Amino acid sequence: MMDHPGLPQLIIILVYLGLLLALGLFSSRLFKGTKEDYQVASHSIGPFLLLMSIFGTTMTAFALVGSSGEAYREGVGVYGMLASSSGIIHSLCFFLIGVKVWKLARRHKYTTQIAFFRDRLDSDFIGYLLFPVLVGLVIPYLLIGVISGGAVIQSLTAGLAPDLPMFQAFDPAGKPIPALHGGVPPWLGSMVICMVVLVYVFFGGMRGTTWANTFQTLVFMVLGVITFFVIANKLGGQESILDNLKALANSVPEDKITRSEMSKTKFFTYLLIPLSVGMFPHLFQHWMTAKNAKAFKLPVVCHPLFIMIVWVPCVLVGIWATGTLIPAHPPLPSNPNTILPFLVKTQTSAVLGGFLAAGILAAIMSSLDSQFLCIGTIFNNDIVTHLLGNDRISDKQQVLFTRLFIIGIVAVTYLLSLGNVRSVFALGVWCFSGFSALFPIVVAALYWRRLSAAGAISGIFAAITSWCILFYQGTRVPMEKGGLSKFVLELPIGEESYEIMPVVVMLLSSTVTMVLVSLVTSKPSDEKLAKFFD
Amino acid sequence: MTQQTNASKPSGPLIITGLVILLLILHQDNWFWTDGRLVFGFIPMALFWHACISLGAVATWFLATCIAWPLADEADEQEGGE
Repeated sequence: MMDHPGLPQLIIILVYLGLLLALGLFSSRLFKGTKEDYQVASHSIGPFLLLMSIFGTTMTAFALVGSSGEAYREGVGVYGMLASSSGIIHSLCFFLIGVKVWKLARRHKYTTQIAFFRDRLDSDFIGYLLFPVLVGLVIPYLLIGVISGGAVIQSLTAGLAPDLPMFQAFDPAGKPIPALHGGVPPWLGSMVICMVVLVYVFFGGMRGTTWANTFQTLVFMVLGVITFFVIANKLGGQESILDNLKALANSVPEDKITRSEMSKTKFFTYLLIPLSVGMFPHLFQHWMTAKNAKAFKLPVVCHPLFIMIVWVPCVLVGIWATGTLIPAHPPLPSNPNTILPFLVKTQTSAVLGGFLAAGILAAIMSSLDSQFLCIGTIFNNDIVTHLLGNDRISDKQQVLFTRLFIIGIVAVTYLLSLGNVRSVFALGVWCFSGFSALFPIVVAALYWRRLSAAGAISGIFAAITSWCILFYQGTRVPMEKGGLSKFVLELPIGEESYEIMPVVVMLLSSTVTMVLVSLVTSKPSDEKLAKFFD
Repeated sequence: MTQQTNASKPSGPLIITGLVILLLILHQDNWFWTDGRLVFGFIPMALFWHACISLGAVATWFLATCIAWPLADEADEQEGGE
């Protein structure tokens, strides 16, 4: 029975999801019943859990499947473009923004970014402006997770039930797609993922989310490394692991072990993308869970190391797939993002395939949970409670509202995931660019006394406007040229033309607008400044 | 500002700023752009260099927690630490 295609993988996935549910339900037994406990775990999280939950939240499915897929397509340069840059910039954000925001939030009792901005800038409007912007940027990010989850389950359970009509997958010519046929259909896989995350976020709140994130981060880090060594030993065909690694590296074409095909200016301007973490609302909420400021030290130091542990093996596997040691049959899939699951399925055992599926789902769900909880929280705190008045709604009612909003956002995300699937993946870098464009606002709010409400609001409008204009231009790039995901701006200098990422223009627009408008409008009151700058 | 000076050595933030700028400069490694050598026989030079950048970031941020931490411990406790 265990030889049945897709069955071991399905069993391991189900056991893993069961463990997560148990963890979430167990953590709910520690729930104190207050809003503060539900939303920020009563500020009780120590260094280790903070490190694991922050890392799990910032690493999505892209860390495993996307990194290997991009390395397959672009070569080793993707590590510098996406990983080592994040190691520097993410920790910089935790250090410069996280600690300071934590201090202010604890002093003035904020749970969300919007509450901080409203108080710092003495403006209600900024909250109503930021709310749709933040939610609008998080939703595509959520969709990527939900859709990836369904796709991973389908590809790793392929062959499970080829006779069941809803499990069948055909190409446009009506022939079964071997890599997917008989696997759990994506709509069902995505629904199960949503339900599991919903249950442990609903019952466990932030504590359940933090525990689940820690467990899941350990799972995907360990499984990523194990998968790397198993694939190396299978593909290398040599005696020792070192000989296998050498044989595989020597089989890779020159353009994949260098960056000869990569634009230097695009690589340079990609540095601005990781600034997005400074404005992630879900990360802000995780920062608020810290027991004390010292708890930030471990995440600040270890985050770049963890990125390296996850990314280096995945990038190496990605470039090996371009080499001559890859068996000709079965042929590699056309979608680079399925390279890692494909190699696991064809080069390792069914059991490891099941574990890797669990690892990928762990990476996906450890981001989804925080995002669901965060949207529920800002909806309750910054819209409903803000409008009705904190005194008129009890803590118990606020927990209920947060939970109801979480159910609503999970349902909306799931329904959206059933729509146009392909275009959503291209949105990933655009979501990050949007958050990066808002980064100057949070830095100025923390470090620039002269920032006025009008300056911040104008900066946000400039970020939105430049994002929309560039996004529209990106949608006009033909699919054969890479479409939206490959859109770059050309900067002509002399006779040369240099590629730069759209985020450069967005960031400049918001910064210049924010600074100029702040300088020509009245500065915040002395009383307000004294509250935020001691 | 008082808390900041209590928490960090006066030159700490300056040293960390310098190290972060250095890391960002080293990150743009145009000099290894087309270097196809394999370090230890299996790690492409570009990947090896950037893995070293990651380790450099770990060292820099560790140093930052020692000499440039933005909050004094006593302030930390006042803000609600347990």
